[in-house]
Amino acid sequence: MPYLFNTPQDQREMLEAIGVASVDELFDVVPPQLRLRGPLRLPPAMGECELTRHLAGLAEQNWHAAKATCFLGGGSYDHFIPAVVDALASRGEFYTSYTPYQPEVSQGNLQVMFEYQTLICQLTGMDVSNASLYDGGSAVAEAALMCMSVTRREGRVVIAGSVHPEYREILATYLANLRTELVTVDAVEGRVPLDRLAAAVDDETACVIVQHPNFFGILEEVAEIRRLAHQRGARLVVAVDPISLGILQRPGDLGADVVVAEGQSLGNPMSFGGPYLGILACREEFLRRVPGRIAGQTVDRRGRRAFVLTLQTREQHIRREKATSNICTNQGLLALRASIYLAAVGPRGLRDVADLCLRKAHYAARHVAGTPGLQLAWDAPFFKEFVVRDLEGNVAARLARARRAGILAGVPLARWYPELDDCFLVAVTEQRTKSEIDQWAQGLAAAPAREPAGHA
Amino acid sequence: MRNQQAAQLLFELSRPGRGGARLPESDVGTTPRDDLLPPETLAAQPPPLPELAEPDLVRHFTNLSTSNMSVDTHFYPLGSCTMKYNPKRNERLASLPGLLHVHPYQPDETVPGLLQLLYELQELLAEISGLPAVSLQPAAGAQGELAALMIAAAYFRDLGEPRTKVIVADTAHGTNPASARMAGLEAVTVRSTPAGLVDLDHLRDHLSEQVAVLMITNPNTLGLFEQQVAEIAEMVHAQGGLVYLDGANMNAILGIARPGDFGADMMHFNPHKTFSGPHGGGGPGAGPICVALRLAAYLPAPIVVREADGYRLDYQRPRSIGRVRSFFGNVGVLVRAYAYLLSHGPDGLRRVAENAVLNANYLLARVKPVLPVPHADRCMHEFVASAAALRKERGVSAMDLAKRLLDYGVHAPTVYFPLTVPEAIMIEPTETESRETLDALAEVLGQVVQESSDLLHEAPHTTAISRPDEVRAARQPVLKWTAPDASA
Repeated sequence: MPYLFNTPQDQREMLEAIGVASVDELFDVVPPQLRLRGPLRLPPAMGECELTRHLAGLAEQNWHAAKATCFLGGGSYDHFIPAVVDALASRGEFYTSYTPYQPEVSQGNLQVMFEYQTLICQLTGMDVSNASLYDGGSAVAEAALMCMSVTRREGRVVIAGSVHPEYREILATYLANLRTELVTVDAVEGRVPLDRLAAAVDDETACVIVQHPNFFGILEEVAEIRRLAHQRGARLVVAVDPISLGILQRPGDLGADVVVAEGQSLGNPMSFGGPYLGILACREEFLRRVPGRIAGQTVDRRGRRAFVLTLQTREQHIRREKATSNICTNQGLLALRASIYLAAVGPRGLRDVADLCLRKAHYAARHVAGTPGLQLAWDAPFFKEFVVRDLEGNVAARLARARRAGILAGVPLARWYPELDDCFLVAVTEQRTKSEIDQWAQGLAAAPAREPAGHA
Repeated sequence: MRNQQAAQLLFELSRPGRGGARLPESDVGTTPRDDLLPPETLAAQPPPLPELAEPDLVRHFTNLSTSNMSVDTHFYPLGSCTMKYNPKRNERLASLPGLLHVHPYQPDETVPGLLQLLYELQELLAEISGLPAVSLQPAAGAQGELAALMIAAAYFRDLGEPRTKVIVADTAHGTNPASARMAGLEAVTVRSTPAGLVDLDHLRDHLSEQVAVLMITNPNTLGLFEQQVAEIAEMVHAQGGLVYLDGANMNAILGIARPGDFGADMMHFNPHKTFSGPHGGGGPGAGPICVALRLAAYLPAPIVVREADGYRLDYQRPRSIGRVRSFFGNVGVLVRAYAYLLSHGPDGLRRVAENAVLNANYLLARVKPVLPVPHADRCMHEFVASAAALRKERGVSAMDLAKRLLDYGVHAPTVYFPLTVPEAIMIEPTETESRETLDALAEVLGQVVQESSDLLHEAPHTTAISRPDEVRAARQPVLKWTAPDASA
């Protein structure tokens, strides 16, 4: 075994020091009837060369962003990752360390956490950020629990139907065993209708949750939603696309109480859905209710600036069942990557990335208007994603045609929205070139081979 | 060693107008953004992020990295965290473009290799656990626990049994009771015997038809195998309850015993521990769960299924508890686990457990003359020593010893956990350390306990900072950098 040290001689001498005759004897404490009688039925061990060939073979079968042109979004995006992110985050001192329980030998990680928290506050306009959660979806659920705790309202949580369907599913799972009612206000024309949202919020509502830009890429009326939530004493949770904050008003400036986000866009590969990081930032009032790890600044015994894990009395290893959450890890490595990314692009770089996404998405959308059989589903302001309606109603066949041209052209919406079974979601990042977008439009427009012409 | 680039924060290094990524010019025109979006939605300025040149950034983060201890640089016997070597091959394999740059909503037919990998990993975990149904979705062990408790709640709801209680041992990880509460259940703690094992009499007193789940860690956090685990499971099953195994310590029994064979109905793995996915400075982990067949229908969806024409993601699971995480979970971590398992095979995995237990017992034998180990002469993958006597005699605490070890270039063991041992020092050497490294720790510990109390109270002496004021950090929280002139 390549990672083991003990030679037969080591083993003999070690067993002697322990005072046993064999390694088996060390397992005497495991009752014989509980032990495996034979070896596990697993494939035999592979050497590095063989293993590399095997995984390369599996990897080769998959389409990926360098092989196919990716217009897929819905919470995971093909944004550019600067080399400096990979180079720094692949340092063993970062990725082979753990939660900084010993601050003296973890100042690197702790300072990164503190810098990450600061960057997230700068990005969102909020007072406090934790050191990251698992992903955007569980961050939504944790935000709701936090609002229930701060408002002492366990009656109801109201969420817009235009929030990512998987985030809503996670929230529903987290609330399933609690007494809280989850009310979903369906989107109309791609956005949450304010009157229906207002009607759903009552005096027992802990929070209203919206996404901006929402799952369909469309901007919500956040300031209005804040007013209607606050009128009933509910908190406002806004899920954002961090890249959009290069140009959009920050949720903190719009009056959000809690901001959550999927942080994948910030320098993290798509990796078939994970690992990602969940961003959670909030106003000061939530300080002692925040889930997850938080780093704080202090001084050491000689008065030197130092960073530590702090407010740990919120956490499971101290409070056990009274903790604010069961979370005991942050997504340290992903938060590091997000920090390097934000520092690498800087304010103007982030603005430029957002501008490119915006312009290219709108360029692509204009193509849709000029393509027979396709139209934009709704006329509403959008950032880097939009929904296309297939007037021939055959989304699967159309996307399959584009795929034959090497284009991942969009995500069908039917799985989550049966009423939108003629629609698909398109994302355009700064990585897509004009010619790729033109090919995308051609791929979608191409006449179906040996298929009957559609009738709109 | 620690230069300005590390001592200063990103924000202090920032200079207006410096650095920033240069993006390509727009090839689709430069329509003003307020023609594309309502002006009132736009910010006047981009967010006030720091402005640094790339060389600055590289020096900053590189220097920061060097102020960490890590498995790559130091012995890291942090009990309960299984800080074993993280194979470099797994990093390279997980970075293959066909695994790394794949979008989670790609159609199944464009990701056959990934689906095969994930399907095979489900099968591998089922075999290792002895529990046939697997979900790879949970993002961490704690989320796996939570998902499993939700499965139990849904199962009992379907049976029409309103069970409300979860029994945890007093030696359990804090996540166990915290997960119970998040699942809407009440955690009840059972005592351990003086020998460090679950107290069966106390357990019997708490067992009833109200109990949904008993959560057990085996080997437990004292590094002891719960020899009566089968009897415990029978007692729980007799009352209609389910048994959950916290798989944090699976490293000790890989290929030796399977939770499904000793009575567990559900469990999670911690691939970042047991299967050497790196710990990443706190994450990412992953928390795949394995359950008995009668609970399979409740697993989070989707799972990977194999059909005649290939693999696909199965979302049609009407009794599923739903999702706990978006997309398919922490796939990058799962890829590393898969590579680890294939590198070892059945014999290799068993040798991992054997050497983890051999190393721990050898270190125990060498440490015992220096520091009392209250619970046993033998252990599994880890053991818990106590500085209680030192504390009483000389005022030297577990924390003092932990801090002093840092001066000797050893990461401190876990201290003050489990809560049942006063001045606990929990040591888990793992199988990927040499005998020389273990000898060196034993010698250092022997030396440290001889050192003067004053020296120990003020340790560490060689690190860039020492004994940061945690009380101040909590009482006057400073959780982000603020521009000096902005605070006026």
